[in-house]
Amino acid sequence: MDSFGHDHSHDHPHQSDDKIHAYYQILGQALKELLIEKGIVSASEIQYAMERREATTPANGAKVVARAWLDSEYRKRLFMDANSAAAEFGIELPTTHLVALENTPKIHNVVVCTLCSCYPRDLLGLPPAWYKSKAYRSRVVCEPREVLKEFGTLLPDDVEVRVHDSTADLRYLVVPMRPDDTDDLGEDALRSLITRDTMIGVALAGRTI
Amino acid sequence: MTVSVKFNPGDQVVVRGDYPIGHFRTPVYVRGHLGVVVRYLGHFENPEPLAYCLQTDLLALFKVRFRQVDLWHEYKGSTADTIDLDLYENWLERG
Repeated sequence: MDSFGHDHSHDHPHQSDDKIHAYYQILGQALKELLIEKGIVSASEIQYAMERREATTPANGAKVVARAWLDSEYRKRLFMDANSAAAEFGIELPTTHLVALENTPKIHNVVVCTLCSCYPRDLLGLPPAWYKSKAYRSRVVCEPREVLKEFGTLLPDDVEVRVHDSTADLRYLVVPMRPDDTDDLGEDALRSLITRDTMIGVALAGRTI
Repeated sequence: MTVSVKFNPGDQVVVRGDYPIGHFRTPVYVRGHLGVVVRYLGHFENPEPLAYCLQTDLLALFKVRFRQVDLWHEYKGSTADTIDLDLYENWLERG
């Protein structure tokens, strides 16, 4: 299996990342206990927020992308104001500025956050472990084609690879290209082709998945 | 409040080549490099004082595009490949 195609943790090569995660886990637990002790939030409020967060999945993003594949007016709205376009599906992003990035036959977009792990969580859920790994964050900015190749994504030289480093307050959603052979598919079937990785930009949408 | 927007899309900018101590959201790999403003993204709270819970003013934020071959000498890929970053105005100078 390639070096990024997994979500589970193991002893190597992400050992240093695992150590860091363990450290922050303890820090997070201590912070949580203090906040509860001081009466700033209750345990049930934290539980509710976590459950709501974990219930968000890439299906949200897939709804948006599938509609953009089918409806050219929606597509225009999505690239003009992604927050409003997401809200049409009841996906509210009160504190996030969402931007949709259009993959075309000439431009392939891929998203990273080199400084931490910024990610459009309201559309894609929690980021996969590899997205937060130092390996992905440090490599995709300087050798994106190598990294994409490891995901099985080979792009010809005449396609511009455009990396987006989410360094500030905006969050990016890649809108993959609709596969050619999908004219017979309805909206639900199209949604199933739009995976998390296609919306991060490390994979292409296709029928053979 | 009126706030300044110093750059326009198409403007060449250089990222300040500074390495101060503190919290900054300008990755080291673009500092000192030449890029082009793609668009103005709005005004946002300055993350530098914000990281220390200090009061902040609003700063203009820009999407700036760099050519990969300008950032990495041994870049393997097309010379057309690019990388976009969202950078605050206080890190940008006219290029």
